[in-house]
Amino acid sequence: MIAGLTATERQIGLVLAGLVTLMGAALGIAGRNDVLGYQGLLIVVFGALVMIALLRNLDAPEPDENRLAEYYDDPIRFGIVLTMLWAIFGMFIGVWVAALLAWPELTFDAAWASFGRLRPAHTTAVIFGFGGNALIATSLHVVQRTSRARLPDQVSPWFVLLGYNLFCLLAVSGYFAGITQSKEYAEPEWYADIWLVVVWVAYFALYIRTLARRKEPHIYVANWYYMAFILVVAILHIVNNLAVPVSFGNAKAYSAFSGVQDAMTQWWYGHNAVAFFLTAGFLGMMYYYLPKRAERPIYSYRLSIISFWGITFMYMWAGSHHLHYTALPHWVQTLGMTFSVVLLVPSWASAANALLTLNGAWHKVRDDATLRFMMVAAVFYGLSTFEGSFLAIRAVNSLSHYTDWTVGHVHAGALGWVAMITFGALYTLTPAMWKRARMYSSTLVEVHFWCAVIGTLIYVFAMWNSGIIQGLMWRTYNDSGTLTYSFIESLVAMHPYYIARTLGGLFFLIGAAVGTYNIFMTIRHEPLPLSRRAEALGTDRPLVPGE
Amino acid sequence: MAIGERDPITGRHTTGHEWNGIEELDNRVPRAVIFFLIVTTLFSIVYWVLMPAWPLGVTYTKGLLGIDQRATVEKAVQEAAARRAAWTDEIARLDFAEITKRPELMRIVRESGSTLFGDNCAACHGTDAKGNPGFPSLADDAWLWGGDPETVAETLRIGINSTHPETRFAQMPAFGRDGILDRTAISSIVSFIRNNAQGIDDLGPLDSKGVKEGAQLFAENCAACHGEDGRGDPAMGAPDLMDDSWLIGSDRASLIGTVSQGRQGHMPHWEDRLTETDRKILAIYVTEIAGGRAGAAR
Repeated sequence: MIAGLTATERQIGLVLAGLVTLMGAALGIAGRNDVLGYQGLLIVVFGALVMIALLRNLDAPEPDENRLAEYYDDPIRFGIVLTMLWAIFGMFIGVWVAALLAWPELTFDAAWASFGRLRPAHTTAVIFGFGGNALIATSLHVVQRTSRARLPDQVSPWFVLLGYNLFCLLAVSGYFAGITQSKEYAEPEWYADIWLVVVWVAYFALYIRTLARRKEPHIYVANWYYMAFILVVAILHIVNNLAVPVSFGNAKAYSAFSGVQDAMTQWWYGHNAVAFFLTAGFLGMMYYYLPKRAERPIYSYRLSIISFWGITFMYMWAGSHHLHYTALPHWVQTLGMTFSVVLLVPSWASAANALLTLNGAWHKVRDDATLRFMMVAAVFYGLSTFEGSFLAIRAVNSLSHYTDWTVGHVHAGALGWVAMITFGALYTLTPAMWKRARMYSSTLVEVHFWCAVIGTLIYVFAMWNSGIIQGLMWRTYNDSGTLTYSFIESLVAMHPYYIARTLGGLFFLIGAAVGTYNIFMTIRHEPLPLSRRAEALGTDRPLVPGE
Repeated sequence: MAIGERDPITGRHTTGHEWNGIEELDNRVPRAVIFFLIVTTLFSIVYWVLMPAWPLGVTYTKGLLGIDQRATVEKAVQEAAARRAAWTDEIARLDFAEITKRPELMRIVRESGSTLFGDNCAACHGTDAKGNPGFPSLADDAWLWGGDPETVAETLRIGINSTHPETRFAQMPAFGRDGILDRTAISSIVSFIRNNAQGIDDLGPLDSKGVKEGAQLFAENCAACHGEDGRGDPAMGAPDLMDDSWLIGSDRASLIGTVSQGRQGHMPHWEDRLTETDRKILAIYVTEIAGGRAGAAR
């Protein structure tokens, strides 16, 4: 990979890694009396490792000039591996934290293993580690192929990928040490947040520059979604994380917002993180890999447009539905609820566009587990967006809010939609990236598929049951007008569902482990001989420079 | 495919664009999408007209129905309180003896007492009210401060070693740590207690040592609070050491720990959190459990 960089690029990389190391050292020294010191040390180690890797190859010969006639896929390959590593780690923590709710002794009396630290480690590792790396890797693939343009340089994609993973590492290691700003899905503190802004701006610039080099007259719809994802996540991240650090030597910062404004900003962020990270980004993925795998044209270009603008416009209003029946003014709740209801239409239009694209390819869905992953993902996308709009209705929310129903809803989306579309995309992308005819084992893809489906169904059904039972127990009154159940009785009633949920998660984790093994074996397998590549993989249009 | 070419499977035209082999069909937006966009938008508009919806500078559109969540919840709380008043007024008015004589009130006390206990007391005293180490069992008839409903209600009101200005206060001194007694003396006292208390069936060789000296030391150091006979004193929350109810444990190690390091339990006061009626219900509920009449918490 480093051998593919030019001497100048290696030197630029060395300078950047050196700067990061220095920054980490400065942070570590300033924060030597705080847990921040360890975070600084982590940055130094990370930067130093990159520097060592570059230094060892600094004098390597210049890469072949012909590379410019091909797409730049090294960071994509690296990103695929990182995606699967984060998946295993994040899902393992998920199973642990699920088991913890059924068997509280599983914290082993260690502070770092308490629920409040494991839970954000799980969400960050799966959303940002697994999901984020998958989005970066696939977006760099899709933008090159659909623009018929090579990435503009070979440094910035590495900066984006490695920088992003440094952010994820800082976040997760920080939680274990007790660092958090207590904002759901935005737990990392100020220094990690600032670093992510730098990385994200580089990502945005990289994407725009590649699009600007495109040789296709139109920008393909997948790129609209990836662009919306990158742009809006930047806005959300910057606004919600506005905060004042206690000092430059302290990990703690205090939010610029307080009270109900803080809650509203947080859920404007939280809901749009779901919308633009977990929906728009992965819709981009779907719009490329699903038609590619099915070898069918997208059902309707016009439907793509309607649903894209519907989703991007409507989601922005919907965040307040997370704060029904709170101190948030009633009128804000009304707007959140009504926009959430309208939002169902473009959401279902997207799901329908995906499923109708499969017309003429349903026999492939039957035979090919990779395509089936993406089909099931589209179905779960439809289900969970329906559920989302339903739960946003105030009367429904009065039952569902604060219960496991919300957890079930999120996982219907996260497991059923986000993870399944990712696995479908990765099983399409991996053989192409390593120039193999197919995955190492299609049986293992099949095994993974069924583990994922069974795991998701067990999980979601357990949480629907437990959530609705919880909600009903909390609002049941007896004849004398007092509550029938104490809270602890509702906890006891949840116990069997928490065990079932752990089992569902375990199925999903096993599936991901099988998938990781399969990807690993595909990478190790012999590549196709050059003569047979065009026949087996001849899907990429050639990249002709200067055309 | 060139512009206008047809997809062989569906027979539909494509848009004529192609990206790395991906094409798009020129299908119209399905009518259902347009229909539901209109329906959901109309629903929203009607909802906005009826409910508080859009901001207008410092105010907002109030909606034709005049509904406001704050007013709604206040009204619901008032109505619920009015419905409950039929029996809450009775419980507030009557004294404990009178309440226990009224079966219809006692049914409500047991019903609502169970939930109140689960939400407020079970975390320390256990869902079965049998206590945990350091947290007394409420299911036996041994009471630190007295077990009649009036006294229990007072304990609930002011707590024990709590932040309430009138709190009940009790402290077992640390005889060992503070150098009042040496190890042999403490061991002797423990031997004396273990040989005289009820229901201790794990006496070992160590327990036979120093029983006599222990009796003397007990009279000098412990009797002031726990009484000459060791039966305790509810007036100062000193536990009965001769019954078979133990706060921490009756084993030798626990008792040596208690005498040596001292103890000071803590019970929060509930005057700021539960109404007088709720505290009255709980007082009757737990004394009933202690008397074995209601059984454990469900």
